[in-house]
Order: sequence, then structure tokens, then C-alpha cells
Amino acid sequence: MELLLDSLFNGVAIGSVLLVAALGLAIVFGLMGVINLAHGELMMLGAYTTYVTQLIFKLPILKPFYNSYIIVSIFLAFIVSGVVGILLEKTIIRKLYGSPLETLLATWGVSLILQQFVRSVPLAYGTGLVISLLIGLFLPTTFPSKIKESINFKYFKFSSWIFAALTGVLTGSVISSSVSKLSRASARNVDVTAPSWMRGQVEIIGTAFPKTRLMIIVITLISVIAITLFLNQSAWGMRIRAVTQNRQMSDCLGISTEKVDIITFGIGSGLAGVAGVAVSLLGSVGPNVGGNYIVGCFMVVVLGGVGNLLGTVLASFGIGIMTDLIGAGRLLSIWPDMPLPLSNTINFFATTSMARVMIFALIVIFLQFKPTGLFPQKGRMVEN
Amino acid sequence: MSLSKIKFDKKIVLSFWIILIALIIAAPTLLPVFRLNLLGRYLSLSIVALGVDLIWGYTGLLSLGQGIFFALGGYCAAMYLQITSSSEFPNNIPEFFALYGVEKLPFFWEPFRSPFFTFLAIWIIPALVAGLIGFLVFRNRIKGVYFSILTQASLLVFFNFFNGQQKLINGTNGLKTDVTQLFGQMVGSESMQRIFFWITAILVIAAWFFAKWVVKGRFGNILIGIRDDEPRVRFTGYNPVIFKTIIFSIAGGLAGISGALYTVQSGIVSPQFMTVPFSIEMVIWVAVGGRGTLLGAILGAVFINYAKSLVSEALPASWMFIQGGLFILVVTALPEGVLGWIQGDGPRNLLQRFGLKRKIETYPSLEVNNKEGNNE
Repeated sequence: MELLLDSLFNGVAIGSVLLVAALGLAIVFGLMGVINLAHGELMMLGAYTTYVTQLIFKLPILKPFYNSYIIVSIFLAFIVSGVVGILLEKTIIRKLYGSPLETLLATWGVSLILQQFVRSVPLAYGTGLVISLLIGLFLPTTFPSKIKESINFKYFKFSSWIFAALTGVLTGSVISSSVSKLSRASARNVDVTAPSWMRGQVEIIGTAFPKTRLMIIVITLISVIAITLFLNQSAWGMRIRAVTQNRQMSDCLGISTEKVDIITFGIGSGLAGVAGVAVSLLGSVGPNVGGNYIVGCFMVVVLGGVGNLLGTVLASFGIGIMTDLIGAGRLLSIWPDMPLPLSNTINFFATTSMARVMIFALIVIFLQFKPTGLFPQKGRMVEN
Repeated sequence: MSLSKIKFDKKIVLSFWIILIALIIAAPTLLPVFRLNLLGRYLSLSIVALGVDLIWGYTGLLSLGQGIFFALGGYCAAMYLQITSSSEFPNNIPEFFALYGVEKLPFFWEPFRSPFFTFLAIWIIPALVAGLIGFLVFRNRIKGVYFSILTQASLLVFFNFFNGQQKLINGTNGLKTDVTQLFGQMVGSESMQRIFFWITAILVIAAWFFAKWVVKGRFGNILIGIRDDEPRVRFTGYNPVIFKTIIFSIAGGLAGISGALYTVQSGIVSPQFMTVPFSIEMVIWVAVGGRGTLLGAILGAVFINYAKSLVSEALPASWMFIQGGLFILVVTALPEGVLGWIQGDGPRNLLQRFGLKRKIETYPSLEVNNKEGNNE
């Protein structure tokens, strides 16, 4: 019983990392049909945001609030990745709707640039750049409608971008002069240390669970609930679902599909940032951290059925539990006296990398029987 | 797509071939060994690019897993080389086995004692694996993006498998070939490298003609039909599964040959050939060169890799930016690739923009129908 509980918890822990990482992808891919290979790099940005937030909270002014930095960084990571995502949508992805293979290649290019960016630009100035993007993209939308509709609006827009650039440079240099660790570019991995209240273990029904894992499960749970509520209860959620089902008809009915695209992509990217916070708690953060998750995320989305959050949830927990069962060789301890060839096979796959081999092979076999995943979208089209 | 393909004079074509052959023969004397070796490697990469062009440019299947077949070909060649030059090591098996305490050769190594088997295995094994993966995927009408994701997942499966199996194929370290012997000669030696260069050059040309032959005629028409409207091909009575499987295994076989040539020229085969970025790079060579133009795939592979090595020597950090920018630029601004742009309406449009050529007036509906992807 204890063993089973342990296995279940481990599986849920692995699965919840997968889920929070795949959630944003499920929205972007499932609702918009965009293959975002830069999703992993958006996660990386979230992880680096956690690191930067942590260092800034070590400054004397913010020192008293140090323990709460991880909560703050969740919101900041959402904003940072979301802003980068919106920029991506406005500049590149917008041109490629309807051709998913092209988005795949273009976003791969974006992911390369983002990886090299964190390597060769000091994080302080990177932060400054994100701040100026944030101001430049959102300041014009806050102007009163009288200015927005006036013919001189482009000058207002232009001047707000100049203001944004100046603010960005200013914050960048303030950060780089006050936090020396952020003033130099480095390709080395960095570490996020969890605040003291998250260290150690918690005992539940006689078994000890690490608190960081529990924190990740909580983050995942909150993200899933929030996104479900947003999609199903809010007005924008309804518009997003409408555009997903029939873009042209929604357009005709007066829904601004352009805005819907931006919001959907922004939220998907923001969720990648939140996933980045979770990932930063698990290990060190480096430019390549996102690449480890991207294929797994896609498998979750494909297995769960595109455009279906419940499928995504079940698929990620399923994969998590299977990974734990196979990778740790738990079947052997549950059933110790199984025939030799079987136990040899299980031992052969009882490493992390071989478990991955097994899981992917199982997924491919599963897709033989259900090619559209656990919960396919129903329809009568020849093509979808 | 492009109605106005440039027709070359026969004399120009002939002189092009003469110059090309002269260059291939003279290259070893013109270039220093290091550069020659690089050129040979990039030429061998252009064979895998031809395969990518066949499946992506002509059939519309974007595979992100060509690295599997590339590496399989490389492993076949390396296993043969390792096993034939292992006579002085304990137990007559390759040296690395001793590190892991393996005394008996794993069974799947045995056939690689024969050069004849190896010669066939280099292209047949990857082709068979590709055929199997392809058949399983195509049978269920998994296509488009899902196909890409599944091939990428299979790539990871193979990568993890090869990476984790030290006792079978030396895991992460890979198999070295440059200190092995082939027909009494060191594989890494200058004279052998020169021969490999010539073999590669000849095989690239042969592969090009082969690919041209494949896409010519009815078979090629069906491939293009599958790319442009698969349901219509199916409703006409053809079974797309068979055609897709065949072309995917052809591409796999080409990738295997390419991998073997690359391995003997770079001196090592390792699971690094099966990383995700490398397989995506193969796609971008074709995209930049021009998909659907076989020559574009070859030129794209050679030039991008040469640019990569030159840029990485001068400014190591900037290559990632350039490569990423290239991806974005090609996809958004030049979807037909450089060669496709030249062969298509690109130059004329450019001249028109500067007012050097008269604008051609077309009937509006023709213009609309010419654009791709308006059948949605």
C-alpha cells in the first residue's frame, strides 16, 4: 500500500510537471493549430525570470519579503513569457496561420535565437528589454479612445515606444549596477534556491514527500483550474472557443479574431512561463532547459487529443505514472517472483532514458488504435 | 506553381557538367586537406537533404526524424570498420567492449563481418526502418503536423536507446572510425579521405539523378498529388499509404548512405547524429535551397554548412542568431527557397518593382488560383 502510494505520488509529480508544461502548448496548438517549438524556450524565460526575481529580492529593500519571491515570480514569469509570446504572434506567427508546418520551422528559428540571447546578453539588459516591450505593447492600448481614433495616433504610438525604450535601458542599467551577478552574460547554468519554507519534506500518511514537488502540484492545479474557468466562464474564453470552432463565422459575428489570436497566444505563452517556474525548482536553469520538455509536451497533447484540456490532464498523469512505474522498475517490487525473461525485460527498461524509449513506443502503439488521441474532436470532415 | 521555368541551352548544360566534373577531379589538389574533408562531409549531407526534399518538397511529409536513418547508416559503416580492425584486441572484438566487461560479441554485430552485407545494410536497414515507421504512421492516416511530431518522438526513442546502451554499441561515446583499417589503409589517412571525397561526389550526382527519376512520370505525379490534395488522390482510386511508405523508405535509404559517408569522413558516429536540432537543420537546408527543386536541396546543404563552419570559426556566438534568423526569413519571406524563387516569378517581380520590366496583367481569378492553400 505504502509502495503504491509512493509510486502514485511520484507519478503525479512527474505528470504535473508535464501537465503545466503542456498546458500552454495544448491551448496554442489545440485552439490555434500553431506548432510552437519555441514553447520550451518560453519556459526557459520563465525559469530565468524566477532566477532574476530571486536575486532582486535579495536586495536590501526587498530582503524582508524574500520568502515570498517564488509567488511573485509566478506572476512575473507569466507576464514575461506572455509578452514575448505576444511579440512573436504580432511579428511572425500572424503571417503563418493555416500552415502549421511553416509555424513549426519559424518557431524553431525563434527558439534558437532565444537560446543564444540568454547566452550572450546580460540578464539585466534582457530584463530591461522585456520591460520596454511590455510598455511599448501595452501603453498605446491604455490611451483614451479619442486619441486612439485620431489621425495622429501613430505619433503617440511612436513616442510611447521611445518612452518604453528609455525605461528599458534605465531599468536594465539599474539592475546591472545593483546586482552584479546579472551584469555579465554567461552560458553557465544557474540555480534557483527555494525559500526556506519550501525546503524539506512533508509527511502524508506515513510517507515523506518533498515540499518543492508539492508546490509544483499546487501550481499545476491552480493553472488548470484558472484556465478552465477562463475558457468556460469568461467572455473572452467564449470568444476563443467560438474562433476555434469556426473562425470565419466568428469574424462575421463581430468577434475580433485578431485580438482573440493575440490573447490565446499570450495566455499559452504565459503558461509556459509558469511552467518555467516549476521547472526551475527541479534543477539548474540553463539555455537548453526547455529542449528537454518540448517533445514530451507534444506527446501529451497528441495523446490527449487536440483541443481538449481533460485529455491533456489525463494524458500527462498517465505518462507520469507510467514513467515512474517503468523507470524505477516498480513492477518488480510489486510482483517480485515474476518469470525471468519478463523481469529481465523490465530491468532493461528500468532507467530514465530507457523508460522514455518504452513510453514513446507505447504511445506510438496506442496511436495505432486511436489515431486522434484519447478524446478526439468529433466531426465529419474528410480533412481536419 | 511556377509556369516559367528557365530553359537552358544544351551547350550551357554540357559545359556546366564539364566544369563540375573538372572541379570534382581537381578539388583534392586545389583545396587543403581540412577544407576538402569539410566539403566532402557537406556533400554527403546533401544526399540526406535530397531525401528530405523527396518527402517534404514533393510529397508534403515533413519528417523531423531523418537523423534516425542517417545515424543508422553511419552505425552500419562504423560497426563494419570496427569489427574488421579488431584483430589485435582481446577476444577479437572492438576495443570498447573491454571497458564494460563484455567478452562475447553481441549477436547483431556478427553479420557486419562481411563487407558485402555491410554494403547492403547501409541503405537497406535504414530504408526498412523508415518503411516500418512510415507504414505504421500512414496506415492510420496520421499526417501533417502529427506526422512531424511522431517522427520527432521516434527520433528521441532511438536517441535514448543508442545513448543508453554502452554494452551494445558504446552508448554516448559512439563508434570511432578514423583509426580503423579499410582494405589495409587507415580510414582517417589523407589518401583514403581523398577517395571518400570522390566516392561522395559521384554518389551525390547519382543520388540526384535517382531522385530526378523518382519524381518524374506517374509516380512523381502521384507524390505531388498527395502533397497538394491527398483525399482527392485517394478518391481517384490510388492508395496514398503505399506511395508515402515507398517514398519515405527511399528517403530513409538515402539518409543511410549519407550517414555512412559522413561517418567515414568525420571519423566518428555517435548518438549526437540523432539529436533533435540536427534533424531540423536538414529540413532548413532544403527550405533555404528551395523545396521541390532537387538541386536546391544539394546547394542548400552544401552552402549552409559551409557558411556555418566559416561563421563559427570567425564569430562562434553569432551562428545561432544567423541560423534562427534564416529559419524565420525563409519561412515568412521566401517560402519557395532561393532556387524556387529564381526559377519562379521572383526575379521578374523584383525587376517589376524597380520599374525595369513591364508589369504583366493577369486575369484576377488566375492570380487567386495560383496561390497555394486556398482550398480551405
